[in-house]
Amino acid sequence: MNQPLRESAGADVVELRVPCKAEWVALARLSVAAVASRLQFSIDEIEDVKLAVAEACTNAIQHAQGSETIEITCEALSDGLRVSVRDYGLGTRAEAIRSRELDEERVGGLGVFLIRSLMDDVTYDVHPEAGTRLVMHKRLSA
Amino acid sequence: MDIKVSVREAQGECYVVDLGGEIDVYTSPKVKDAIGELIDRGVYNLVINLENVRYIDSTGLGVLIGGLKRVREHGGSVNLVCTNPQIRKIFDITGLVKIFGIFESEDAAMKALV
Repeated sequence: MNQPLRESAGADVVELRVPCKAEWVALARLSVAAVASRLQFSIDEIEDVKLAVAEACTNAIQHAQGSETIEITCEALSDGLRVSVRDYGLGTRAEAIRSRELDEERVGGLGVFLIRSLMDDVTYDVHPEAGTRLVMHKRLSA
Repeated sequence: MDIKVSVREAQGECYVVDLGGEIDVYTSPKVKDAIGELIDRGVYNLVINLENVRYIDSTGLGVLIGGLKRVREHGGSVNLVCTNPQIRKIFDITGLVKIFGIFESEDAAMKALV
């Protein structure tokens, strides 16, 4: 978890660090949308990425106890965009990363459900002592 | 980042909540407060107009779900006006189209309510 994100050779990388506070989520999502717009994504796909990043940041703000910052790393890959959202919150996050079931009228899990729906690959790396890293990949349409 | 919230009385005992801008973890408390105040006043039939909303995330959806649950306890309902395809898509993929009435115009949303 303390190792830097393994970046793909040759990929352009953009890093952003924002305070783990609600008022900074807009900056985070708009910044990543700007990176996505440099690739060949459609407007709809850029909106997908924007929402997924916002949901990941919101999850960190709501559940990452003690994390002061959120680190966002964007890798412009040949087949799309990989975004890592990392926080330093302590404690288990089982509920925070559990997706909801459709037809449930509960609020919890909607964000994770959206991330998994909008992005192509989503992985969580949860360490109760070191924080959580969410890595999500959006592929360019063929 | 901006959020605009305004409330107006419509026909019958219905109220319309006009929302505009971006609804996210930072701005959604303002929306929650506006809807909550109406319900506290005994308004249980609401049309929430999302036509001028450019962006909504899960916290915004959560506020709408919370409002719907509260009015249902009193036999009321919440209908939405949504014409933005990107916003509509979020309701589609989350399955919330099944629990909200979603309409293309305020007139249609109002008629379905009363």
